[in-house]
Amino acid sequence: MNSENLVEVDDVAFGYGTRPILTSIKLKARRGQVVAIMGSSGCGKTTLLRLIGGQLTPSQGVIRVAGQVVADLGRAELYALRRKMGMLFQFGALFTDMSVFDNVAFQLREHTDLPEDMVRDLVLMKLHAVGLRGAAALMPAELSGGMARRVALARAIALDPMLIMYDEPFAGLDPISLGVTGQLIRKLADTLGLTSLVVTHDIQESLRIVDYVYFISNGVIEAEGTPAEIRASHLPFVHQFVHGEPDGPVPFHYPAPDYAKDLNLGAVGA
Amino acid sequence: MLKVSVENLGSRTLAAIESIGFAARFFAAILLRSGTAFSRFGLTIREIYFSGVLSLIIILVSGLFVGMVLALQGYETLQTFGAEESLGILVALSLVRELGPVVAALLFASRAGSAITAEIGLMKATEQLSAMEMMAIDPIARVVAPRFWAGVVSMPLLAALFSAMGILGGYLVGVQLIGVDEGSFWSQMQAAVDFEQDIMNGVIKSFVFGIAITAIALYEGYEAPPTAEGVSGATTRTVVTSSLVVLALDFVLTAFMFRGL
Repeated sequence: MNSENLVEVDDVAFGYGTRPILTSIKLKARRGQVVAIMGSSGCGKTTLLRLIGGQLTPSQGVIRVAGQVVADLGRAELYALRRKMGMLFQFGALFTDMSVFDNVAFQLREHTDLPEDMVRDLVLMKLHAVGLRGAAALMPAELSGGMARRVALARAIALDPMLIMYDEPFAGLDPISLGVTGQLIRKLADTLGLTSLVVTHDIQESLRIVDYVYFISNGVIEAEGTPAEIRASHLPFVHQFVHGEPDGPVPFHYPAPDYAKDLNLGAVGA
Repeated sequence: MLKVSVENLGSRTLAAIESIGFAARFFAAILLRSGTAFSRFGLTIREIYFSGVLSLIIILVSGLFVGMVLALQGYETLQTFGAEESLGILVALSLVRELGPVVAALLFASRAGSAITAEIGLMKATEQLSAMEMMAIDPIARVVAPRFWAGVVSMPLLAALFSAMGILGGYLVGVQLIGVDEGSFWSQMQAAVDFEQDIMNGVIKSFVFGIAITAIALYEGYEAPPTAEGVSGATTRTVVTSSLVVLALDFVLTAFMFRGL
């Protein structure tokens, strides 16, 4: 174990029932690094985050976070580790029965005995960092998608974690919110020394802000490299992904029987 | 053909046994992780408000009408035997022994049980429970257990209020409207209703119904598939299953409590 690496995923496999999702994944994230995990929809990116967070257990291989093997931890140890992790869910997953302020204060109140005026200061600082101090009194239903994502980000960094995992932070955002979110991810990593794992398929935004990229396809890491290496890559899969081509190694069509046969055109078409 | 249907039967049986196992483990987990629900009783009080206090209107109004109908129907029958003074006994015993716990439980299942399932199911579908887990906060201890104990506390109180309102309704119709003698209405009721045999048994019943309904509602919500159909199906199942379980349990409990009477 290299102590420089906060997250190490070694030869990990996982499947739902008999359907394999990941067959052999190897990746690592150094402390303070922003790492993107990319791949087409449904390739197992979110599953990988859940494995790292210990919500799922790999069927093969080892995942280490801060030197601890996640799958071997008991409940109490796993919960202790999770206090040092933040996770941003795809649509924020804010608690809808609490205000923005209470959402961000939630972990502080649950895990610490801080006096309420200190909780207030900390919450306002976190909200200020994402530019939403003025929205503290709003309810989640009153926020736009981009704002909800930023509140969730403030909530995820409430306890100053060492690792933060973003699940599709750019999905469904307008270009301005998208740029803001991207800059925030970078800024938080630089100022707080946060190690960040960003699961996304937004290639252009990610290449701008991350330090390293992994591509997942068919359950394995198909390609990896720095943004410059990825841009220059001639691998067909990476090329298709970076340039958004509809057909290539990732086919446009879901596997299906022969088209002509399906339309009963066999005899005519000959 | 036969092989396929036998296989289907087998896999369905296995799935049913498995889900019973899941439910049992879920129930055990609620009981084991109830510490927070008591140490931070404010969380439970909040849920008592949502499932208990907000159910008051439907419980009180239904109780009043059930009592009024009981008095009308009871008087019709009793007067043919010249026993209309016993109307108080008939109304009170029917309510505290059976109608209070059972009807209040059925109303509670459809008013509060369905709300609990929908809320937990949607919290799951919008990843709020997952988010809580990732924040190192156990959703069973923080979200599920307080709702469970709130239901268990609320149910006997609601059933008692249902019976009280029913007796008031019976009095209004029997004494004020029809003109049964007020003194014999109350005194016969007082003489005939036994605290342990009748009232306590009714309380025990409603306590058991409270456990059953809340546990079913929480389980259905927690296991609901995270889709619109999933949550709506789970809400329906909560009402249907818990109503049937209440009626079945009522028969079993009555058989034990009142046999030989």
